[in-house]
Amino acid sequence: MELCPLIKNILLLDSEGKRIAVKYYSDDWPTNAAKEAFEKSVFTKTQKTNARTEAEITMFDDYIVVYKFVQDLHFFVTGGENENEIILAAVLQGFIDAVGLLLRGNVDKKEALENLDIILLCIDEIVDGGIILETDANVIAGKVASHSMDAGAPLSEQTITQALATAREHLTRSLLK
Amino acid sequence: MAQPLVKKDDDRDDEVDYSPFMGIEKGAVLQEARVFNDPQLDPRRCSQVITKLLYLLNQGETFTKVEATEVFFAVTKLFQSKDIGLRRMVYVMIKELSPSADEVVIIVTSSLMKDMTSKTDMYRANAIRVLCRITDGTLLTQIERYLKQAIVDKNPVVASAALVSGIHLLQTNPEIVKRWSNEVQEAVQSRAALVQFHALGLLHQESHIPFSESFGIRQNDRLAVNKLVSSLTKGSVRSPLAQCLLIRYTSQVIRESANTQAGDRPFYDFLEGCLRHKAEMVIFEAARAITELNGVTSRELTPAITVLQLFLSSSKPVLRFAAVRTLNKVAMTHPMAVTNCNIDMESLISDQNRSIATLAITTLLKTGNESSVDRLMKQITNFMSDIADEFKIVVVEAIRSLCLKFPLKYRSLMNFLSNILREEGGFEYKKAIVDSIVILIRDIPEAKESGLLHLCEFIEDCEFTYLSSQILHFLGIEGPKTSDPSKYIRYIYNRVHLENATVRAAAVSTLAKFGAMVDTLKPRIFVLLRRCLFDNDDEVRDRATLYLNTLGGDGAVVQTGEDVKEFLFGSLDIPLVNLENSLKNYEPSEESFDINYVPKEIKTQPLAEKKAPGKKPTGFGAPPAASPSTVDAYERLLSSIPEFANFGKLFKSSAPVELTEAETEYAVNVVKHIFDGHVVFQYNCTNTIPEQLLENVTVVVDASEAEEFAEVVSKPLRSLPYDSPGQTFVAFEKPEGIPAVGKFSNMLRFIVKEVDPSTGEAEDYGVEDEYQLEELEVVAADYMLKVGVSNFRNAWESMGADCERVDEYGLGPRESLAEAVNAVIDLLGMQPCEASVVPNNSRSHTCLLSGVYIGNAKVLVRLQFGLDGPKDVAMKLAVRSEDEAVSDAIHEIVASG
Repeated sequence: MELCPLIKNILLLDSEGKRIAVKYYSDDWPTNAAKEAFEKSVFTKTQKTNARTEAEITMFDDYIVVYKFVQDLHFFVTGGENENEIILAAVLQGFIDAVGLLLRGNVDKKEALENLDIILLCIDEIVDGGIILETDANVIAGKVASHSMDAGAPLSEQTITQALATAREHLTRSLLK
Repeated sequence: MAQPLVKKDDDRDDEVDYSPFMGIEKGAVLQEARVFNDPQLDPRRCSQVITKLLYLLNQGETFTKVEATEVFFAVTKLFQSKDIGLRRMVYVMIKELSPSADEVVIIVTSSLMKDMTSKTDMYRANAIRVLCRITDGTLLTQIERYLKQAIVDKNPVVASAALVSGIHLLQTNPEIVKRWSNEVQEAVQSRAALVQFHALGLLHQESHIPFSESFGIRQNDRLAVNKLVSSLTKGSVRSPLAQCLLIRYTSQVIRESANTQAGDRPFYDFLEGCLRHKAEMVIFEAARAITELNGVTSRELTPAITVLQLFLSSSKPVLRFAAVRTLNKVAMTHPMAVTNCNIDMESLISDQNRSIATLAITTLLKTGNESSVDRLMKQITNFMSDIADEFKIVVVEAIRSLCLKFPLKYRSLMNFLSNILREEGGFEYKKAIVDSIVILIRDIPEAKESGLLHLCEFIEDCEFTYLSSQILHFLGIEGPKTSDPSKYIRYIYNRVHLENATVRAAAVSTLAKFGAMVDTLKPRIFVLLRRCLFDNDDEVRDRATLYLNTLGGDGAVVQTGEDVKEFLFGSLDIPLVNLENSLKNYEPSEESFDINYVPKEIKTQPLAEKKAPGKKPTGFGAPPAASPSTVDAYERLLSSIPEFANFGKLFKSSAPVELTEAETEYAVNVVKHIFDGHVVFQYNCTNTIPEQLLENVTVVVDASEAEEFAEVVSKPLRSLPYDSPGQTFVAFEKPEGIPAVGKFSNMLRFIVKEVDPSTGEAEDYGVEDEYQLEELEVVAADYMLKVGVSNFRNAWESMGADCERVDEYGLGPRESLAEAVNAVIDLLGMQPCEASVVPNNSRSHTCLLSGVYIGNAKVLVRLQFGLDGPKDVAMKLAVRSEDEAVSDAIHEIVASG
């Protein structure tokens, strides 16, 4: 029996259900067609809900899906039916907030596609093979952001924290709009 | 998958939906990837190309093997660049391509190993993750030293990378990962929150595999967790995730140690303490763990229910969902414990999130008392109109169980069902409603008449052929038994006018049933049936003709003969699949087809049943039909052997019993074939040694511990080459019709010849040899066929109490109720009917079994289990059959088992 909390997939779709970036960690969906079918049903089941202020949740086909929408982006995190829902929600929130920090509050499809490398790195830093690596948005964003710096330059904790604080402020403001 | 994007942009002329990947094409990007080979690398450009490649893969585009290899080689060139951002993309790209071929892996291995020892933390962390993803056992031993170092690295990211990789590697190379336990122990004490979590994850799995799987030493495990818990509960667990894991770890140990320890539950205090943690995920994890404890008491439950109740009114949907889902499960076993939350639950019926609302309603239906039913139904009626079919089905099922719980309330519940039956809905939904009504009609006599009329009204306007014909069939069974059968005729005959051929044929059969069962209606039914003779469908006309001719009496008011009724409407006590197969195998000849030779055994599918506990017995109670192919195959095989030809009809074939351990030189299993006066052992042998050919293979059976059996035939296997299974048989005579039991010891005897593996030719000269096999037993269950009945209650009633035998037994201390129930089912070898899955935590259980005992005697068994004291199980066994001797025999089996 696998006791470690496990993530089945992380999905980022646009407002029509099309893929921006997806990552599957389970063999439950062996083919691309199976994956697309899953994304389609997740999308149709959730699109009419209002998942903007708080993360929403649904259960179908023995999966728990937590999700939240920001502008024209739909974020999803899927776990097995026995997974702790709140853990899944923590992963989702970490993902969304990290993206918010990295995109400086401009979270929408256009920005996401233009910075797809950042989104992919972000997903890579959150989950490894289904196991949660990190859920703290500041840490995730910090790890992704550090990559764009020069190899020689030592990481100054102070500056990056400041940069992130500013970004967070941006994010909060854009959410309150 | 890149196409839709392109297409979309074509569709819309305005440039609103600008995408940097517009018009992207695999071929072009692969061309672009040539920049990776430039002597002067442009990191920015290369990063962009990798992003494009990743985009394509992400959209579902696939690379051919050649393309993937080419890209892979090109990407490895990028290790020359010192740019961190680019390196990061290279890592992701390599993982995404996940190269499999060894020679390909070697190319990156050296680069990755260099990164693994680099001074840059980010390089070390990522190189570890990539390397462990693509590595194999031999490479792993080379890098093991670095991984152990990484686990205790100062940098938490590096340590986590190594630990998480360790968790993955445990699946493939457990023996290596287990050697890291010192380092992992150290990492558990790390000050970095996530490192602790990952170390705990690895430590737990590591320590768990050897203890419980290989040796089954639970004690050690408990000591280990005891140490862990007491060392970690003193505030040194920093991450909520680690705390959740510790809770799961703890409840697993509680589960496994519950049997050995009496008195207070170990670690309960720890779980309860976690209910006061500051992180919601920990509180919830602990609450859920408490509710899932085996045999949880209401005192233990209370604090968990209290925190879940608080979650119910949270502003976060995720918390509400988690809480209501858990309470819903608790309500199945401890409805009283949940009633405190009823007010909060009722307000959740109007929750925006329909999943939450549905869970709330079904919980209320489980916990509600008789007086609240009406109010609840009113609320549900409003709710039903705006949820999807899948939720509605859940609600319908909950209402069905509620109605069975409070039969007095059938009127309002039946009304509710008939109302929703009239509304729009898909097939599955309608079927769930119809099934529910059928079950209520069967179980609540007062509900019968109104229920049948609801069904009649439904088929007047039903778009589903399947449901119409099923309802017609059901009407034919139940309708004639009502006070005024004639009122249903109109509904049935309407079908003959208005429906498709399948439904018309079903309607004709139903009419005939009324004619056969209700003598006063017969003349009128005959008039209707005669009209059906002009139908344009063959099947409809055929049925009408058959019924008109067999019912007889020329339409006068006469009684229909019992044998005619039995012929036309008696239940077929043969599984349909078996009949179908036998008919297919029947070759037209002088000998006519004999239905008595169709095997009655049903191969059970207990797994499928257990996997879908939500699927209650369906209304039309089809017995679990399964593949009879093995039964068939055995029968054909045996009948082809002349020595066994006069043994008569095969009563039962057992499942194969292994007589050798796995992976021995010769693999042998045995199938017991039971005939009326004989038993045939079929030994299936496989020779697993390529250098040997076995000849003249027999099994020497010592039946000294089976006094009533006498060996009559032994049929040797002439030759048993490598890896091609063969059979040898031994037949015994036993007293006719008597369920004789006994023990048999077996010895495989054969002549072994060496085979030259290069030519495959055997030597001429062989040596005689023997090989000891395990013992084999013929037990009482071998004389019992698993045959289900569709409706146990009806079968039980119609069997009558004449030959009933009731007695009580103490089964002594047992691991659990479920274990005791299964032991008795196995002992009897009978088919469990409805509701035979034992819910967790229950203190008592009733189990219904049916079967056919040797001599074709139907047997029904009602078992009532109860816990007597902490572990002692007591059982009341009631047996009904058509013969007292058989009923006694069943008691005998239990008494001696």
